[in-house]
Amino acid sequence: MLKQVEGSAAVAEVVAFCRPEVVCAYPITPQTHIVEGVGALVKAGTLQNCEYINVESEFAALSVAIGASATGARTYTATASQGLLFMAEAVYNAAGLGLPIVMTIGNRAIGAPINIWNDHTDSMSMKDSGWIQLFAETNQEAVDLHIQAFRLAEELSCPVMVCIDGFILTHAYERIDVPTQEEVDAFLPPFEPVQVLDPAEPYSIGAMVGPEAFTEVRYLAHEKQLQALRLIPEIADVFKDVFGRETGGLVHPYHTEGADTVAVALGSVNGTIKDVIDQMREDGASVGSVSICSFRPFPLEALAAALAGAKRIVVIEKSLAPGLGGVVASNVRMALAEKPVPVHTVIAGLGGRPITMTSLREVFEVAGEGRLPDIQFLDLDHSAVEHEIVRARATRRSGPTAENVIRQLNPCRPAAKA
Amino acid sequence: MTDTTPQQRVKFYQTGTHTIGNRLLDETKRTVQASMERANAITSGHRACQGCGEALGARYALDSAMRVTDGQLVAVNATGCLEVFTTPYPETSWQIPWLHSLFGNAPAVATGVAAALRVKGRDDVRVIAQGGDGGTTDIGFGCLSGMFERNDDVLYICYDNEAYMNTGVQRSSATPPAARTATTPALGDAPGNVFGTGKNLPLIAMAHNIPYVATASVADLHDLEDKVVKAMSFKGARYIHIMVPCPLGWGSASNATINVARLAIESGLFPLFEAEHGEVTTSNKIRRQVPVSDYLRPQRRFAHLFKKGPDGEIDTDRIEKIQRMADANIRRFNLITDDGEGETAK
Repeated sequence: MLKQVEGSAAVAEVVAFCRPEVVCAYPITPQTHIVEGVGALVKAGTLQNCEYINVESEFAALSVAIGASATGARTYTATASQGLLFMAEAVYNAAGLGLPIVMTIGNRAIGAPINIWNDHTDSMSMKDSGWIQLFAETNQEAVDLHIQAFRLAEELSCPVMVCIDGFILTHAYERIDVPTQEEVDAFLPPFEPVQVLDPAEPYSIGAMVGPEAFTEVRYLAHEKQLQALRLIPEIADVFKDVFGRETGGLVHPYHTEGADTVAVALGSVNGTIKDVIDQMREDGASVGSVSICSFRPFPLEALAAALAGAKRIVVIEKSLAPGLGGVVASNVRMALAEKPVPVHTVIAGLGGRPITMTSLREVFEVAGEGRLPDIQFLDLDHSAVEHEIVRARATRRSGPTAENVIRQLNPCRPAAKA
Repeated sequence: MTDTTPQQRVKFYQTGTHTIGNRLLDETKRTVQASMERANAITSGHRACQGCGEALGARYALDSAMRVTDGQLVAVNATGCLEVFTTPYPETSWQIPWLHSLFGNAPAVATGVAAALRVKGRDDVRVIAQGGDGGTTDIGFGCLSGMFERNDDVLYICYDNEAYMNTGVQRSSATPPAARTATTPALGDAPGNVFGTGKNLPLIAMAHNIPYVATASVADLHDLEDKVVKAMSFKGARYIHIMVPCPLGWGSASNATINVARLAIESGLFPLFEAEHGEVTTSNKIRRQVPVSDYLRPQRRFAHLFKKGPDGEIDTDRIEKIQRMADANIRRFNLITDDGEGETAK
């Protein structure tokens, strides 16, 4: 049913349609509206047969989820940013134990400096934890991916993160086709766990494994992700049959046929990128884009196929690997190992900085002229950065970088002297 | 009994002079371990050290819980000795459904297990979470407090051997003052652990007003079993803190585990009591009070208290400070009755 609704509210509603049996809640911006929404549905009796547990930390949230999932309950939680880091140990543990928990990440920057706005640093920090990571391009896809995520997680017995851009998606009110309970039930079978704590059939879960078998256990975690590479498109096909929408899958190519310059990105920025591509194509430029929906498992083959004709790739990414550059770009290069073309990294949108069509268009044009550097920081204020570098070199006790940069950029406050 | 007898041989444990032998008890009152029907929740073949107090305490606790729940039990384990010595890959000692997740999250994992059982209508299945003192009083403290405050239907058992034994005897917040550990070496002017303010987990548990809190010891296994049985009669969050000497970490003889644990009780350093909804309801009286030096002396972790400095003097000041801690416990928990008789008041 079409609704004008906040992204978080729509996600909460569809999560409830997935009939989770245990939901753990701990507040963190910008994810909070989602667990609030699920909680209200439980309290109102709309979502029945669900234990909604308010916990004392994100570490506890995912730990409660681990216990519940290992006891055979369909389990859901959501977090973001510092919360994901605080539960990091449990993130790896849930994957290692093979528990099909579904968790929404309302993507947000990581401090310091503390920042509540959107980028992908949080999800990227857990990219190798063994969780499947799906990135939503729109709120419609965010809604749809949650339904697919439970099916995917439970079929493989592997946890899934659905990553949606904080504020840009979580807090945006827009037209969303929210499915009905009947539609979700038709798509998502009841949870049949592969392992469950049951006195009738006792076994030990989480035993210690030494060097003699650890590699094999880890290999199987990798193999599970390779299975997901096959399963994710299959589930997207079934989803299309039931709901009539193309959603999910591994990658979404856009005008890549014959495109010389192809942009690659995760999440909502693909909307802006597509608008820029439409504009530039009208002007005769040979550009296209690929949105990566499944970042883990990383779709090496599907991406290589989508990028086959490109002469250069521009990866727009909302995370920074300090000392290296781009996380996504490194992965994209791997996909192009057999037929290497230049892969440029554009670090953009950190801590919620708007990624504008004007800036993107300039980047793509410069790339088309072969003048884009390997790594570029979109809309970086070079003078502020240079000023701070010089000042910090000149003064031993130069003070906190963040505050000095703010002073430098804000003319209302006196700038620190160099 | 011949070799072909299909029955399990039952050994009566050595009760010492202060407790009553099983044979003198009514059959219904006999210890769970004396029964051929016992669950053997942690069965033989595990890798615990000789004289391990934790292995003993855990077996008694879990078998009691198994009996009272008719085998409908799930156990969650924090990382630590108990977890490691019971599950060397690919073997396991656990005869019950058992889950180990992390060091600091056992109470939260148990909350999840309990929630899943509730939602699935399995109210007959009960949940125990367990960990050592490090997993309980330090790294798992936040999750434990959360589980208490929500009053989740979990019995949490802390096996307290007063240091991080699994990693090689490092100090925890349960390590007593003056004790030598790998991170509080017996060096310098004040060898061993500092005299801090202490962190009394049973009292902290009581401050949450949870239905049931108890302390127990491997020196009084019948009492331990009784307390587990009683804990299982309550719904909601429950806490039992069991003293389990560690011969390796304490530097005590492996055949002295029970004796050392008993001296902790008899000196007043480890009071045995129960509390319901935040109020102390019973305390086990000390039969024959002993000075704390009787408890400290057999343990090498306190050896420096008895040979201080080059002349090997006794560190009377610090032993006196420890004595004052024991005296405070005796007053606080009313461990000695007015007539000096040590009847167990229950």
